[in-house]
Amino acid sequence: MSEEALRTENISKSFGRVTALRDASVRLNKGEVLGLLGDNGAGKSTLMKILTGFHKPDGGKIYFLGKEIELKSVSHARSLGIEPVYQDLALVNELNVYRNMFLQREIMVGGPLRILNDGAMREFAREHLNEMGVNIPSVDVEIARLSGGQRQAIAVARSVYANAKVLLLDEPTAAMGVRETAVILDLIRRLKERGDVSIIVVAHNYAHVFEVCDRVNLLQNGRITFDRATKDSSVQELLNLVLHEIREARGQVGKA
Amino acid sequence: MPGDKVDSLPTGKAQIPGAESHGLARRAGLFLLHSREASIALAAIILIIYFGSTAAAFLSPGNIANLAEYAATTAIIAAGEVMVIICGEVDLSAGNVYALSPFVMYFAHQAGAPFVLAILLGLLAAAAVGLINGFITVVLEVPSFITTLGTLYLINGFTLTISNGYPVQPNGSPFIINFFGGTPISQISWAIGITLLFQFILNKTRWGLHTIATGGNLLGAAEIGIKVGKIKIGNFIICSCLGGLAGILDTFRISSIDPLAGGTDIMFMAIASSVIGGTLLTGGSGTVIGAFLGAAVLGILKNGFTLIGVSAFTFDMILGAAILATMIINVRLSRLRAAGGKR
Repeated sequence: MSEEALRTENISKSFGRVTALRDASVRLNKGEVLGLLGDNGAGKSTLMKILTGFHKPDGGKIYFLGKEIELKSVSHARSLGIEPVYQDLALVNELNVYRNMFLQREIMVGGPLRILNDGAMREFAREHLNEMGVNIPSVDVEIARLSGGQRQAIAVARSVYANAKVLLLDEPTAAMGVRETAVILDLIRRLKERGDVSIIVVAHNYAHVFEVCDRVNLLQNGRITFDRATKDSSVQELLNLVLHEIREARGQVGKA
Repeated sequence: MPGDKVDSLPTGKAQIPGAESHGLARRAGLFLLHSREASIALAAIILIIYFGSTAAAFLSPGNIANLAEYAATTAIIAAGEVMVIICGEVDLSAGNVYALSPFVMYFAHQAGAPFVLAILLGLLAAAAVGLINGFITVVLEVPSFITTLGTLYLINGFTLTISNGYPVQPNGSPFIINFFGGTPISQISWAIGITLLFQFILNKTRWGLHTIATGGNLLGAAEIGIKVGKIKIGNFIICSCLGGLAGILDTFRISSIDPLAGGTDIMFMAIASSVIGGTLLTGGSGTVIGAFLGAAVLGILKNGFTLIGVSAFTFDMILGAAILATMIINVRLSRLRAAGGKR
């Protein structure tokens, strides 16, 4: 068995009367791309937000690089190398590309005055985006002027630049056209080839997951119900599982 | 009015059909489109030319001093409002802090504190109001419009109570008076200094960047680890302090402290200045220099209309219409800007 990057053990989380996660156990190996599938409300976003330190779990354990950890905040998780790329990308439309790239990790001068070193940030952002093969007109344009694919690529590049060990991609291809999706999937493949980062991809689209992921997990009602290598499984197998769930749900509605 | 510059583009082309001037007009047009401050600056210049030619007294030194003093106070409060508005909130109480701080200063001085310390205590009281505004808005999650509407009345009542409703006269040394807004030069220097300082903070420091990020994408900013609550509370404190400072500066100018001074009138003027100057009430975008120019335009309008003898009744109507016209043009321009920006 390969070395693990991130693992959760029986994570549970409720919001008031709504139980989002019950005993969710996920394992991400080093250098692996893991697809996390599930319906709306299955608990995908909650699990992601727990792994990023945004929510605290009600119960369960989190292991990072073999050691048990307690994530105190988003900044804490990021300082360890767990980098989220949220669905809304956490990009600020009003700011240009390089200022977004360095948001909350600004290069500064002037000590306590915290004056921004725009020159350095611009230069580093340009170099890094080139290296990652991210195509944008300039690092000086406002994020609002870029396409969805470009924004996603910048959010991912930002996390990688921050020395991510584990990258959490929340619905990276949601609401994207075919061409933009291809850009994102290419980027994930390139990251896999670099091999220095392990990735969890949360997604709706089974085809996209099977295209780039090594392994796939299915989350249903707050539990992991399926865990298999993508080469040993198929989109059809997963669809059957979900169809079964739908039929069961219908049956229950019928009985009630 | 700003509308003129939109019309001037095609006219300019028609009069001088040379390729060079065409490029120049186009470039000037693009500059106006892309720089938020440029359109409001142009409006100010057009107004100055208009009133300068219609009212002889408008450009007299006495009137310019008058104008500078009026615009300066509004501009100082507007700088604070810009910071609060950019991070997605609004402060309705700043005009009442304007009346509160001088009284705190006065009573501290009466109690034996030297003037500089008394001024600091006045500002500290303002900061406390800002902290309360921020705390109720951020921690107790009351919309800032309601929070500061509440503190607006609270502070007003408090100021009237501690003053018994009577004005008092401060008696600082000539140096203190002249330094703290006693002369038009001092007053306008404070306003320009504060404007430049906060424009710098907004554009070139981490605090400003995080202020824009908080207003531009509140959830995203929080997700990336920015302490959005701290940013908001901080900006409420800044806005309150600038409200208090404006009040203290005016105190030394007028050499009287009036519990009914400022209030909603100056607060609305400050918010109007910010918005006319190009700060979006939706947050995430704004300019302190624009707010300064906005305050200047409002001051020029008020002063100019008085000079050419427009009655006080019609003045408010004209002022209201002018604000609406400016804003309609501004909204149109930013649409154009957004569309024209894509290359």
